[in-house]
Formats: sequence, structure tokens, C-alpha cells
Amino acid sequence: MADETRPTSGEGQSSGGGGGERRPQRSGPGGGREGGPGGRKYFRRKKVCKFCTEKIDSINYKDVRLLAQFVAESGKIVPRRLTGVCTPHQRRLSSAIKLARNIALLPFAGRAA
Amino acid sequence: MNRTYELMFIVRPDMPEEEQDKLISYLENAVTTSGGQVKNVEKMGKRRLAYTVRKFHDGLYILLTFQGSGGLVHELERRLRVNEPVIKFLSVRIDEEQKRLDKIKAIRDSKRKVPPAPATPEPAGEAPAVTA
Repeated sequence: MADETRPTSGEGQSSGGGGGERRPQRSGPGGGREGGPGGRKYFRRKKVCKFCTEKIDSINYKDVRLLAQFVAESGKIVPRRLTGVCTPHQRRLSSAIKLARNIALLPFAGRAA
Repeated sequence: MNRTYELMFIVRPDMPEEEQDKLISYLENAVTTSGGQVKNVEKMGKRRLAYTVRKFHDGLYILLTFQGSGGLVHELERRLRVNEPVIKFLSVRIDEEQKRLDKIKAIRDSKRKVPPAPATPEPAGEAPAVTA
């Protein structure tokens, strides 16, 4: 996301003329990753939130199989930028994972022994 | 105050069945005497623990759902703490989450009845290549 600053600064200069229509394009690099003038070599598919698309409402700490998908091998919670989970769901997810850790359903560190 | 809580606890894997039942009825007793109400008891069986707790690798998970006040949770936790075979416990308040889920479900159901409104067409206008 750090490379987002470059197109934004360019946007600020040209905002005088027709900046309004350019706005949707600007939101593109945040998630879509289409090759801009910088020239990204390969196109990465936009990640979408699993909970939004599959309409999973409840993120329960007892659902280990679901939570384990968002925990790395080391036991860490996988960040949003890698999984594509949206902010409200990531918040619920992380608190559910933390509860599950407390009751020994998920490990604090390392693989479940 | 009437709230719904979920109390999950782990007892040592070598605890005999009748003693588990004894412990559960002991807790149920505590709930009812302080004006609460037991909703469900579920023995989730033996599970492998994600990490060692008191030198145990496995544990018997038991889930108790009940209604009551916050003080009752305190009392149950105290009882579990002094109970030797109990190796871990966790109590979670679930009524607010349930309320949220019901709300989402209600919204979803009401949307299903009404045919979805035609989506507003996105202006796919190309930005004219204006160089400032």
C-alpha cells in the first residue's frame, strides 16, 4: 500500500481539471492492483472478504475450523492485507481467535501440539 | 439483570463420567439457587489441547449455557477455580451477539421479500486525458 502515495500526489496536481471522474480510478490501486503508469508486471486478483461473500454472520470462538484458516503456522493472526478480510470482520475474527486461544482451542504460538 | 452467558470449561481427561455429571449438577445447582436458569449443557467430548495445560495434552470440554446475573458468573468461576479436576474455563456473554445476529437475519429476511431495487448504473465515463 505504500506505493499508493505516488499516484495520489499526481492526482492532487491534476485535480483542477476533471478530477471528479478520476476518483474511481484512484480507488483502484488500493484493492484492484491494475497496472498503473508505474507498470506493475502482473495483475493480482482483488481479494474479497470471505465473511461478506459467504455471508457468515457469526464468528464464534468455538468454530476452530473457520478460525484456523486465519491463523498462520506460527500461531499468529494473519493480517487483513494478506487475507482480504474487511475491517469489521477482522475485528470480530481477531477477538474470536483470542478467545479460542484462552480456552486452548488455538495455540498462542506454534502449531497445535 | 438477566443475561445469557456461556461457560466453557475443560476438565482433566481421566475424569470418570459420573464425576463429570456430579460437577455439572453442582454447577446447575449454583445457577438455580441464585435465580438463574440453565439453558443447555453440552459435553463436547475429548479434544486435543492446543498447548499443554497443567501437564495435560488432552481435555474434556464441557459447555454450559445459562441465564443469570454477572454475580452468578463470578460465583461459578470461583467454584471452578477451587475444583481440582477443572484445568481451564472461559465465560462469555452471548446475548448481545445473539441480538445482533437476529437483527441481521431480520434485515435479510425483509430484503428477500421485497424484490431488489434496480442497481444504479455506475457512470463508466472515461476520464478525458487532460494534462494540467
